[in-house]
Amino acid sequence: MTPTMPQTIAMTGGFVFDVAHLLAGGLVLVSLMMLYQRRLYALLNVFALHALVLTFSVAWQAYIQDAPHLYITAAIALVFKAIVIPLALHRMIVQLGIHREIETAGGVGLTMLLGMGLVALSTVIMLKVTSEADPLAREDLAFALSVVLLGLLVMVTRRNAVSQVVGFMSLENGLVLAATGAKGMPFVVEISVAFSILIAFIVIGIFLFRIRERFDTVDVQALDRFRGEMS
Amino acid sequence: MSAFDPVTVILLVPLVTAAILALISDYHWGARLNVAATFVAFVSACFLFAARPEPGDYIVIDDLNIVFIVLSTFVGFTTSIFSASYIAHEVEAGKLTPTHLRFYHAMYQVLMFAMNLALIANNIGLMWVAIEIATLTTVMMVGIYRTHEALEAAWKYFILGSVGIGLALFGTILVYMAARPVVGEGSDGMVWTVLAGQAQHFDPALLNLAFVFLLLGYGTKVGLAPLHAWLPDAHAEGPTPISAVLSGLLLNVALYALLRFKILLAANPAAIAPGPLMVALGLLSLTFAAYMLYRRRDIKRLFAYSSIEHMGIIVFAFGMGGPLANFAGLLHMTMHSLTKSAIFFSVGHVSQVKGTQKISDIGGLTVTHPWLGWGLVVGVVAIAGLPPLGIFTSEFLLVTSTFARQPLLAIPLVAGILVALGALFLRLGNVAFGEPRGPVAPAKASYVPMFLHLALVLTAGIYLPAPMVAWFQSVAKLLG
Repeated sequence: MTPTMPQTIAMTGGFVFDVAHLLAGGLVLVSLMMLYQRRLYALLNVFALHALVLTFSVAWQAYIQDAPHLYITAAIALVFKAIVIPLALHRMIVQLGIHREIETAGGVGLTMLLGMGLVALSTVIMLKVTSEADPLAREDLAFALSVVLLGLLVMVTRRNAVSQVVGFMSLENGLVLAATGAKGMPFVVEISVAFSILIAFIVIGIFLFRIRERFDTVDVQALDRFRGEMS
Repeated sequence: MSAFDPVTVILLVPLVTAAILALISDYHWGARLNVAATFVAFVSACFLFAARPEPGDYIVIDDLNIVFIVLSTFVGFTTSIFSASYIAHEVEAGKLTPTHLRFYHAMYQVLMFAMNLALIANNIGLMWVAIEIATLTTVMMVGIYRTHEALEAAWKYFILGSVGIGLALFGTILVYMAARPVVGEGSDGMVWTVLAGQAQHFDPALLNLAFVFLLLGYGTKVGLAPLHAWLPDAHAEGPTPISAVLSGLLLNVALYALLRFKILLAANPAAIAPGPLMVALGLLSLTFAAYMLYRRRDIKRLFAYSSIEHMGIIVFAFGMGGPLANFAGLLHMTMHSLTKSAIFFSVGHVSQVKGTQKISDIGGLTVTHPWLGWGLVVGVVAIAGLPPLGIFTSEFLLVTSTFARQPLLAIPLVAGILVALGALFLRLGNVAFGEPRGPVAPAKASYVPMFLHLALVLTAGIYLPAPMVAWFQSVAKLLG
């Protein structure tokens, strides 16, 4: 499906690698930045940056793999995740009146330590497991797994519904990074569209929670009180 | 040949019906059309036994999925009959408006479409997308009552389901990465039949890692123990027809996806045996759910935990592997699906009559509502694994084969089953016998789906037809 360009890669291998790694590594770095954001606004801004780095990374993959359909994925990342969703959430936060400090479950220091541990873990696992695969893809996968795990960590350490969604979206960015790094993988565009629909539903869901049902808070812990059963 | 293609019918009828249902404002007609469409899908699924299409890039009908497709369309059909009488009551009680029902019926068909697609798909990417659609539709239906509890359940399901789906996608990508050096780039790398044919050449380390992610990802959807938190809430707070479809079908579909990948691993001699992982998760789910059954006060939650327990048994069976245990696992999947949906049919009507799902407020059902009460009794006896019903056969097979091979593993298995049996009978005693509690108004129920399921389970327990046995055996061999 995708014509490969062995001569180009051989010629500029070092440069191609370096840029791809820079962008994928940048994504991990921005994921780590998310861990210590205390305020929702700041978290959203960092997420917009996350999506922007993803856009560049995907576009770069589209360029070096000569796979024009990946530009669509990059465009979705730019328009939807870097601009529309953060803006929508921004407005929502104002309307819901929750632009206050986020309480994190553990301390920032502990969370950061855990985050670094996860990055180390995924690097060790991935590099060990994929020793046969081609080097560009394997390091891409290691970064992608780090982003996925860090996204999970954000979801676990935040109690606020909006920041959980941000964590989920960063997790999903990691998946897109992995999918675009897997050369010639079919359905990448379809998958990124499917995920965008999923996220749109989640965001609308938060909004409906509040607007329709007039919850006092979008704090998931507060929702726990409404459970019919104690267990 | 192209005059009648069952696969197209199974996929297109639900989609077209969903579009029509979204436009029909009269819910009586909506419910009838819903029944008719699921019936058409079921009948055309039966035609698959006669002639199977050749596997293509996107579609495959083989020994593994054919019975699941038929089972899925059958339970979809019977549930739609139950649903018709269930929602009529909900409208009278003012819990749902006709607008909600329009949405509900359309979503029901989309869910049927997504589950059929997931079962039929030959492409692991397509299968993933189908399971995602199925998750989304069930999330929306779980939240349909718009109460605090329902929204919380839907939200929890949404977040956990999305994370599970995300991990499953990562696993899918890793499978593609493992296949790429062998199969080549492009869409072939995701076609299951191609993958299965060449799995022995894949990089085993990558395949192992992929399976871990797939097990965690799809395992969340199956409701395996550390990842099950969404399941009881989703079952308890949504409409009961959806609980029946969730337990009876969607858990099976997720498990089916896992089995597809297990075959890939089994075909690769250098890869880890997926067995021990599945045995551990299965036993954990079984034991955990069996003890949790004692603490339930809500009748739908009780049977939701029972679903976790049975999914644990099934995953354990496939983890053990070998012809006998796989046979037991497949039989158990089928029987559990039929029994659990029958139980939810009964429970749905019971909780409507009593106006509550609290176990302490329900009592003496066999006296006040003999049909519902005795139906529930038979269902619980079946689900607890007593002879002569179908689940006894599968559990007996599993326990004896485990004793023969790994006696130490059989001890927690039997303990879990017995503990669950005790809890179920304890609660059944409160609900079905003793002093009548709660309102005793007669139920406007359709008993046909429930007794049809129970009759099938009873028949399977007494006599399993030879072609069924042959089919189970051939698939059991396929699963390794």
